Amino acid sequence: MKDTVSQPVIEAKGLNLVFQTADGPVQALKDVNLTINQGDFVSFIGPSGCGKTTFLRCIAALEHPTGGTLIVNGMTPDEARQKRAYGYVFQAAGLYPWRTIAGNIRLPLEIMGFPKAEQDQRIERVLELVELKGFGKKFPWQLSGGMQQRASIARALAFDADILLMDEPFGALDEIVRDRLNEEVLKLWARTGKTIGFVTHSIPEAVYLSTKIVVMSPRPGRITDVIDSPLPKERPLDIRDSREFIEIAHRVREGLRAGHHDD
Amino acid sequence: MSRALPVVTVLAGIVAIWYAAAVWMNATWAFDQAERAGQTVTWAEVIPQTMDQARPLLPPPHQVGAELWKGLFGQAVTSKRSLVYHAFVTFKGTMTGFGLGIVVGVLLAVAIVRFRVMDMSVMPWAIISQTIPIVALAPMIITLSSQLGLTGRDIPKAVIAAYLSFFPVLVSMVKGLRSPDQMQLDLLRTYGASDAQTFLKLRLPASMPYFFASLKVAVAASLVGTIVGELPTGAIEGLGARMLIGSQFGEPLIMWASLFAAAILAGILILVVGLIERIAGRRMGVRA
Repeated sequence: MKDTVSQPVIEAKGLNLVFQTADGPVQALKDVNLTINQGDFVSFIGPSGCGKTTFLRCIAALEHPTGGTLIVNGMTPDEARQKRAYGYVFQAAGLYPWRTIAGNIRLPLEIMGFPKAEQDQRIERVLELVELKGFGKKFPWQLSGGMQQRASIARALAFDADILLMDEPFGALDEIVRDRLNEEVLKLWARTGKTIGFVTHSIPEAVYLSTKIVVMSPRPGRITDVIDSPLPKERPLDIRDSREFIEIAHRVREGLRAGHHDD
Repeated sequence: MSRALPVVTVLAGIVAIWYAAAVWMNATWAFDQAERAGQTVTWAEVIPQTMDQARPLLPPPHQVGAELWKGLFGQAVTSKRSLVYHAFVTFKGTMTGFGLGIVVGVLLAVAIVRFRVMDMSVMPWAIISQTIPIVALAPMIITLSSQLGLTGRDIPKAVIAAYLSFFPVLVSMVKGLRSPDQMQLDLLRTYGASDAQTFLKLRLPASMPYFFASLKVAVAASLVGTIVGELPTGAIEGLGARMLIGSQFGEPLIMWASLFAAAILAGILILVVGLIERIAGRRMGVRA
């Protein structure tokens, strides 16, 4: 977790994924090579169809690559899932309306068979972590969209996976709520030292959050640029007006544009 | 109050039309009587006579109300003349058939959602089963069950009621069990949940709103099935038997009173199902 020798936790080599559709094969991922180290905050950015979500789903073993190798925590993605290597946050909070907030966070713990007393402890801890203390007994509809998404992050954190995969988690929220949640995610990352994979289509969001920005482009889905961010770990919101920030954002934009010229 | 007004208005309209129809239909008999006696009568004289005939073509509301009152409260509830007694017989049949229908409907739905082969083989037959008129099927079920040595009428009645009530439960439960979207299923896959866990923690709770919606239809269908089961071949108990007696012995008042007793029973059953739905809904976090 320290800045000493960072271990690679996710390694993709020559990864390919071809979907067979009614209109013929679609190359969703082509020759993707990427190494994500312990404690990295990696953003995937690109237009729709660039394979950023597909790549995240491959890491989660929700999709299976048709070529190349993908190693998560030194295992195959399927094995890593069995070992509870990651928590996954979807675009929508997807809380069960018939369970309270605490009940929703309890869901993975029940499935994984944690003892009851430990479940309660963990729920308390993650509720505090996402600043939802005291909301455990509420039902999802009683919470705002931003709070629901925080609850879904708590649910992904509850079983202490090393890796947190987030698929456009704030895409449906308004700018102001999104800014606040971005700050909170950074705090969370600093406190827990988790490795985070984060899919977004917002350039400022990607630059603000990440230590590594992966720029992708569509048809076929591939990586066009990988940017290691020189920004410090401590990032107040107004860092977005700094020169470094604007330079990185510029490079991301250039990368995205280059990908589009290829059409 | 604002909710009661439209209901009361419609009710008043129905009663008014009913009285008008009663005058029109029962007047024929009054005119015939007068003609046979060699008298001429005016409409003004006939109208009162249409209101209290012993065997009216269409009994007016107050006569039905009086007969219903007499049937419900006029004697001990254990009496064979008591509508409460007959309603209870019908209620028992309805509940047995309803329970059976729920069990069969839910089990079939689970099998259909779980196994593709069941979806392809059973579902079409379930739909075809509902195209056969129950009045044609009911006597066959009764004959068949007596052939099998079942002397009582309880079992064939329950089977007929279940035959009608399993279908809405089946259709709704299939839809409900399939209602979770891909994202919710993916979420459980990321936890490495088993099929059984996915079923118990996601599919089953997600199907509950569909389940309760179907129960209201099923309980009404079950009541209709029970009454149809009481109609043919000499049943002596139950609202269906009472209706048949009224019809066969030319006692329209008995028939109409039984009909209304059945309607009241249906209303109570649907209210109770609605109440259970609300209690369950509150426990499952439905917005108040």
